[in-house]
Amino acid sequence: MKDIHQFLCTPAESTHRHGPHDRIVMSSRVRLARNLRDAAFPGWAKKPERVRILDIILPAVSSLPAMADSFSEAMDNFSALDKQLLVERHLISREHAAKSVGSGLVVDRAETFCVMINEEDHLRMQALRPGFQIREAWTAIDQLDSALEKKLNYAFDNELGYLTACPTNLGTGIRVSAMLHLPGLVLAEQINPIVQAVNKLGLAVRGLYGEGTEALGNVFQVSNQMTLGESEIAIVERLEKVLGQIIEHEENARQSLLEKKPKVIFNHIGRAYGILANSHLISSKETMNQLSFLRLGVDLDLFPGTNRALVDELFLITQPAHLQKQVADKLSAEERDQLRADMVRERLKTVGRPATK
Amino acid sequence: MQCCVCKEKPATVHLTQIVGEKMQKLDLCEDCAKAKGINDPTSFAMADLMLGLGASQELDPTAGAAQIKCPRCGFSQADFKKSGRLGCPDCYQTFAEGLAGLLKTMHKGTRHVGKTPEALRKSRETGDRLKQLQKKLTKAIATEDFEQAAQLRDEIKLLTAGSAVAAKAH
Repeated sequence: MKDIHQFLCTPAESTHRHGPHDRIVMSSRVRLARNLRDAAFPGWAKKPERVRILDIILPAVSSLPAMADSFSEAMDNFSALDKQLLVERHLISREHAAKSVGSGLVVDRAETFCVMINEEDHLRMQALRPGFQIREAWTAIDQLDSALEKKLNYAFDNELGYLTACPTNLGTGIRVSAMLHLPGLVLAEQINPIVQAVNKLGLAVRGLYGEGTEALGNVFQVSNQMTLGESEIAIVERLEKVLGQIIEHEENARQSLLEKKPKVIFNHIGRAYGILANSHLISSKETMNQLSFLRLGVDLDLFPGTNRALVDELFLITQPAHLQKQVADKLSAEERDQLRADMVRERLKTVGRPATK
Repeated sequence: MQCCVCKEKPATVHLTQIVGEKMQKLDLCEDCAKAKGINDPTSFAMADLMLGLGASQELDPTAGAAQIKCPRCGFSQADFKKSGRLGCPDCYQTFAEGLAGLLKTMHKGTRHVGKTPEALRKSRETGDRLKQLQKKLTKAIATEDFEQAAQLRDEIKLLTAGSAVAAKAH
């Protein structure tokens, strides 16, 4: 089997992709859940049936023109490390990483499409875009889905729409989400009321890796929850409106912090720089949280000449699986902390101390 | 978000459980989650935690309905209670009654609006039109407007004949 790490573009390339509002919206994604008409859902299907479904879906997906340059493989052929790597890249869910025989993955090299086979549903297809581009992501996945419906018999009910394993995804089977970097709202202590307001609008706010995860590095995922009784485009438009408002609140929070509490901001950024540029042992969690402030510093022009992509790349390559992938020997947690610190120090050599205005 | 048990530490364990028609959510901190013995959400009943042991049985007014199994895949309502997921597409028919209320609380509406597979679009439209005509026909008969009723009946005949031909051709 080809090596997925070799196949995908490097973290450096992937973090150099740009999109609108990418200083706040790190990425956009639209996912559709689909199932085949004549089969039990993956969670209930026995192994032979799951394998049969995989053998139908995998070739159908990988033969699509949009997936011409893609990597397609059964999940049992991935090592635990490679699965973790895919989770860190946000290409598969933690649930999918736990799958083995009878599940599969098709992802294109540019990481614009990623299709999970036999996760919770037979098909979980996602379109990914850098920055604030949920509408573009919807258009892309809509086209992929339309091409795929000609090859597969979807389970669809006139009344209930696309039938999904969990009733929470019924109807459109759509989840529109954006990953947001919101250090300003966190520092200004406005994040909780914002999260509550967004929840009231029927949208979910989650941590870095989705359901049930912490908001490490001040990164939040906002997505729709309801899927039935509202069209895909109506959901996309609602998300657009709400995300637009969150972006505005984040910009305002940064601005007013700079005006009213500049020392608080400079303190966080300066300490983050100090720690990252001088550590010899650093955990993945602390790295992410400090990199968040470094990223804020870049956004506020405190590191002239430094590109945000440097921070985003560090954010990715300092995570456990990406770190482990760089060395042959199995690292202990402490060895990882050391390697991580060495790497971050090395990368920050070219970055001068933050300017104080 | 704060832990809903100790109300002190931030909640990092989030649980959603669907019991019959009710959806319950719990947000716990790691310590409280551990103290309550929650590491596998599928194996514990949230009602037990909230209301004390044994309460989960009482919450199920459709104890008889729990015996129903999907003729297609053998999935039961008890399985749904355990996992929150269904067995196969046909389960939506099998458990339609129990699901109706759940869907109402979960979603904006109970009827799908949005994308329809190209191949099914026509039949969906025809189905909708038929329903409409049926309704009008019932009304026309009730108001003894037989002239319109006859017209509607012809229209329905034409439409069903058309879709039967289409089905054969398919």
